[in-house]
Amino acid sequence: MGIVATLQQKLFRWQSDGTAPLRLGQRRIFIIPTRGGLLFALALVVMLLGAINYTLALGHALVFLLAGLGIIGMVHTFRNLYGLIITPGRSEPVFTGEMAHFQLTLGNDRPSARLALELEAENGQTVIVAVNPQENAKISLPVSARKRGWLALPRVRLATRYPLGLFVAWSYLQPAMRCLVYPQPINSPLPAPSSTTTSGERSGDGGQEDFAGFRERQPADSPRHVAWKASARDAGERPLLVKQFAGGAQVEMQLDWALTDPAQALESRLSLLAGWVLAAEAAGCSYGLRLPGQEILPNAGDAHQRRCLEALALFQA
Amino acid sequence: MSTPACLALDHTAVPWLFAAAAVTIAPHFLHQPIWLSAFAGLMLFWGGWLWWQNQRLPGRWLLALLVVAGCAGIFLEFRTLFGREAGVAMLVMFMAMKLLEVKSQRDAMVVVTLGYFLLLTHFFNSQSIPTGLWLLAALWIVTSTLVRLHGGPASTLRATLRYAAVLSAQAIPFMLVLYVLFPRINGPLWGLPQDAHSGKTGLSETMSPGSISSLAQNGDIAFRVRFEGEIPAKGKLYWRGPVMENFDGTSWRPFPGRQAAEHLELIAPPISYETTLEAHNQRWLLALDAPVNLPPEIALNGELTAAARQPISTRQRFRLSASLDYRFNAAEDPAVLRRNLALPAGRNPLARQLANSWRASEPTPGAIIQKALALFANEFFYTLRPPLLGGNSVDEFLFQTKRGFCEHYAAAFVVLMRNAGIPARVVGGYQGGERNPVDGYLVVRQSDAHAWAEVWLEGRGWVRVDPTAAVSPARIETGILDALSEGEPLPALIQVRSEWLRTLRHRWEAVNNAWNQQILGYDPQRQRELLSRLGLPDTDWRSLATVLGIACSLLLAIVTAWTLYQKPRHDPATRLWHKALRQLARRQENCAPWETPLALAHRVQRERPELAAPFNRIVVAYLQARYGKNNNDLKTLRAAIAQFP
Repeated sequence: MGIVATLQQKLFRWQSDGTAPLRLGQRRIFIIPTRGGLLFALALVVMLLGAINYTLALGHALVFLLAGLGIIGMVHTFRNLYGLIITPGRSEPVFTGEMAHFQLTLGNDRPSARLALELEAENGQTVIVAVNPQENAKISLPVSARKRGWLALPRVRLATRYPLGLFVAWSYLQPAMRCLVYPQPINSPLPAPSSTTTSGERSGDGGQEDFAGFRERQPADSPRHVAWKASARDAGERPLLVKQFAGGAQVEMQLDWALTDPAQALESRLSLLAGWVLAAEAAGCSYGLRLPGQEILPNAGDAHQRRCLEALALFQA
Repeated sequence: MSTPACLALDHTAVPWLFAAAAVTIAPHFLHQPIWLSAFAGLMLFWGGWLWWQNQRLPGRWLLALLVVAGCAGIFLEFRTLFGREAGVAMLVMFMAMKLLEVKSQRDAMVVVTLGYFLLLTHFFNSQSIPTGLWLLAALWIVTSTLVRLHGGPASTLRATLRYAAVLSAQAIPFMLVLYVLFPRINGPLWGLPQDAHSGKTGLSETMSPGSISSLAQNGDIAFRVRFEGEIPAKGKLYWRGPVMENFDGTSWRPFPGRQAAEHLELIAPPISYETTLEAHNQRWLLALDAPVNLPPEIALNGELTAAARQPISTRQRFRLSASLDYRFNAAEDPAVLRRNLALPAGRNPLARQLANSWRASEPTPGAIIQKALALFANEFFYTLRPPLLGGNSVDEFLFQTKRGFCEHYAAAFVVLMRNAGIPARVVGGYQGGERNPVDGYLVVRQSDAHAWAEVWLEGRGWVRVDPTAAVSPARIETGILDALSEGEPLPALIQVRSEWLRTLRHRWEAVNNAWNQQILGYDPQRQRELLSRLGLPDTDWRSLATVLGIACSLLLAIVTAWTLYQKPRHDPATRLWHKALRQLARRQENCAPWETPLALAHRVQRERPELAAPFNRIVVAYLQARYGKNNNDLKTLRAAIAQFP
């Protein structure tokens, strides 16, 4: 990094992209006394008056030692945040109405532990974490997902009262993180299938009735379908095996925007489609999604489901 | 944000609160009424048991009832709920009771603050070195509690204690700076409650048979004296307390009225000394006979006793002078002389007979005095355990028991003199003292308490006569230990005859004296002296506050720098590896955060083949040094880095 860039970073707290690890510097940390700290200060004043009134030399000493302890406590509370390294992580998509979880990694490169770090992205959702010396701690910050689409991580308040609780030090973080929020699914009967094929023509696409043998697992396969026992026989030498099913009627259907009631609001129609996607996947159907302006061809499996839900989440009328 | 102050208390943090309560309450058990100690102990035990059984804490009503009962008990005991003693008792009770309703973090903070407050109240009873040490330990425990409360379960026992010790140690420089520089004010700020300084031992204002001998069984230090020159001979060290002129047949009391003017004529040059009086709740200073050149706040009364305006209720230092040879009130007020000839009617007829016979046979008062002293010297016995005396105490003592302590001799002598027509009175005080060879202070104990007589002679004024010296010259010349026979009930501390134990005692007392003089005795005057020695003469509180602010800011800056800018400590191999990476970076090859040394080596091989061989050597040496068993690998690593082009 050049001198100018370093200066800019130091003076204006410019951040390159918001995804790089952030080290908390002194400009980002604020500190004020807590209610307990004020009580402590009040007690000290009363004690000092008592010590003066009764000419207690050791009383003076005790009050001064406690005052020193308060000041030291302030420095150490500040120190508990100072130099903490925050690295943004990932977040799994959630449905509207659920809690989105944003992963952050807190890194401590000091030889002493940092205890009682309180992180809060949303009121009332505090995560308390301790980071051991020269270790990292992964946390996931809960934020309620209220709206479909991309949910940006709101401003995070990172606070601590450790060690003495007389002061609270805090900092605001805004890592550039977002989480995809699917529409809230509505349970309703699936629309009529568009076509039905026989097992002979399409095998292995998600039918679950009759066992038809094994195949190697691909990343899109659900862990539920892994044949753990069979895979364990040649422990780890070959890729995991997935049970393949065949038989039964293979149902294919089109989940079409046009099938939903046009009188309904946009969000309700998307919710209905999301409900259908979940139901179709659970039923083992092959399904496609048709939205104004885009179409996803019929298929099945976790990856396909994610793709459909993503399309619903990001749909713009 | 949520308010973590309202958070429910972590169950495993509760024992810390009990520990904090126990260490802050326990020393009070020595001074509190037994029922209160038992009550507080019971509450603590109950709370501990509830915690152990994981049961619900008692309800609000039961607690309120217990508080009312406790307050009622304290009111019955102290007749008030305020004042020092009752206030401390209330604090002890509240501390014990608070643990029965600790539910949230905020309650716990209250317990801790109360704990710190209770630490202060111990100093009402004692400010000695052991108390100080105990309270330092208690402070450590209370601070650990605070650390544990806020650190949560991740704060282990060891780490908690260690961190609290570090915090307290770092607070000590602040304490020292504040102690020296904080503008000192002479207390009290407001009227002290009646019980502020109760229970102090010392010479009392009246003297009756047994009052001094009971004091003589107390080894406590009454005062310490530092002479500017040599310490005068022991036989001259008479520390003057109350002068008692009124006799009712059993007790001697000072004359209650106002005193006449005094006239003191010095014969010997004055000698200066500094005395540090322990609190005795009386006004007299126990100055060396005869006090001269007194400071303005000290008054000399018509009986040559130096007294302060207020009773001496805390340890205090005075700078005084004395003339060991003097003439006092050679022309005395006739009313005073009449007062010093009065005797209760009908008491002690045998003493009157004896005195009358002396008066008839001896021509001068001096001869009569000699006669009395000779009587004591021949047949009497000096003891701390005299037989009990009845109504005619002087007669019984003179003609039957013939055993007594200094108050018996002084009283009998004065009664004989008054019967013989010589004005005489009893003087209470201390006699002698013991030089501590460690710090050179003369230590005067309660066991040196003494009573002697003064007679008024035409042309010479008041003359000290010590009848005890006639009975037991050793008492005056060397001290009470040699004057009494074995088996007398002297305090164990005084009785020590073994040389090294005595040395040990001297050392300990010298340390205590230094503690008292330098630390406890640091008052506004000492502060001025110290500051002018440090080059800050004539400081008022404003300049002091400025200096204090600067010093504290400096300290804060140092401590902050010390705690914040600690470099992360790496092991030597990692440090060398970072050095190698810096060298590599200079050649435009940066190690990405996710790259392992071997992955980096592969990449260097691919991208910069000319660097591959030397860098590979470094990687191999680093992996050996970091993860291998042989300690010599560091040398190889260093060599490999040195060879890097």
